[in-house]
Amino acid sequence: MNKKNKKLALTGGAAAAEALKQIEIDVMPIYPITPQTTIIETYAGFEANGEVETEIIKVESEHSAMSAAIGASSAGARTATATSSQGLALMHEVLYIASGFRLPIMMLVSARALASPINIHGDHSDVMGCRDSGWIQLFCENAQEVYDKTIIGMKLAEKVKLPIMVIMDGFNTSHSVENLEILETKIVQEFVGEFEAISPLLDTENPVTYGAVALQNSYFEFRIDQEEAMKSVEEEYEKIVAEYEKISGRKYSIFEEYRLEAAEKIMVLTGSATGTAKVVVDKLREAGEKVGILKIELFRPFPHKKIAESLKNAKEIIVLDRAQSIGTYPPFYSEITKSLYEAKSYNLKAKSYIYGLGGRDIFQKQIEDVFAGKIEGGYIK
Amino acid sequence: MEFGAIIKHDQKKSPKTGAWRYMHPEVDKEKCIGCGTCVGFCPDAAITVSKEQGTMNNKNKKGTAEIDYEYCKGCGVCAEVCPVKAITMKKK
Repeated sequence: MNKKNKKLALTGGAAAAEALKQIEIDVMPIYPITPQTTIIETYAGFEANGEVETEIIKVESEHSAMSAAIGASSAGARTATATSSQGLALMHEVLYIASGFRLPIMMLVSARALASPINIHGDHSDVMGCRDSGWIQLFCENAQEVYDKTIIGMKLAEKVKLPIMVIMDGFNTSHSVENLEILETKIVQEFVGEFEAISPLLDTENPVTYGAVALQNSYFEFRIDQEEAMKSVEEEYEKIVAEYEKISGRKYSIFEEYRLEAAEKIMVLTGSATGTAKVVVDKLREAGEKVGILKIELFRPFPHKKIAESLKNAKEIIVLDRAQSIGTYPPFYSEITKSLYEAKSYNLKAKSYIYGLGGRDIFQKQIEDVFAGKIEGGYIK
Repeated sequence: MEFGAIIKHDQKKSPKTGAWRYMHPEVDKEKCIGCGTCVGFCPDAAITVSKEQGTMNNKNKKGTAEIDYEYCKGCGVCAEVCPVKAITMKKK
């Protein structure tokens, strides 16, 4: 590990902007929305001060922001944008085009509740709404992870040629100032490398058409192709994080196992609440209880097999979702139970809880109560 | 299969659109006065006026319309605008 690595106090959003600055983004189409603001206002500051040569395009909606990002990425530019909540919902239609074109666009999402009723605070409703859009989805717990995963994510996206959402919790992470360590710009640039588009539109010597029609005879195959690319993400991600560990000293995996040794009760969750849960787990472990945490990081693709393997010795699995899936079980719970079923772990019990909708805080006491089985009804209110 | 349904072009082949045609225009070289009206109207810029010399019957003639069937889509505008009805649309 390099001793020159700087320690800074930054919000999650500013940490993401710092990473984007070091990566050197060519084009960034943006439209403002809370709580993504910390990302873009910091980056716009870099541009105003001449610290970056990025072309920032101020568009008139998020639909346009994503459309411009698709255009820029097709042209051969390393492209990033950021959004939240209704903005992500408005992008929804074009998200599928970005993934269908196989464009490695980086999108920072400061996850926020969806209206109605209107609410600007954090939960995972917005990102869960696009879990089938063909984008890689990577969750972050704190500002340090946001910084690291922006760099890792950019390399991953360009490797597998799929767009990626790096997700932080709105306000909890995006606006909270934390200490984090940043790498030297030169090291980051060497790690990420130059972006080389496969068929850039601006290569006029080799003209191409993007957005061609594919009907009954070929559409199906293109979709299978996308699925195959997504399947390769797990393996590529492991390789990239191993490489990243060498330059940063920080170890990541497709999910984090926190004190899972001989754990009987395992809590599955992600995002900023994991920090609170870790404190509780430390306390309970000291009191002799066998509890642990499995933190979801890579959500799309979902690492079913490895998660089932990690959970197989648990007596009780407690799944905490910060989003609903109205009319069925919540997203994480559905994925976890599916993992267990596919691994034929039919005897494992899994409980589902929803917490933190619309930015409601979750406290240590509540997590203790969940572990003790004192909370009924599936909601941690 | 093309990656991401992104189609690479072979410039030598790509813009030849004549295969779409149902009817095609034919120029009666005797009637054509070489005025060039059809040239300006052709939406595909597929007509040129040749610089051949006039015939025995029409010594003032400067040239006649020639149609590039690789690009002509058979829309029939030329036949419509020809002042001497020298162009007619025919089925293949």
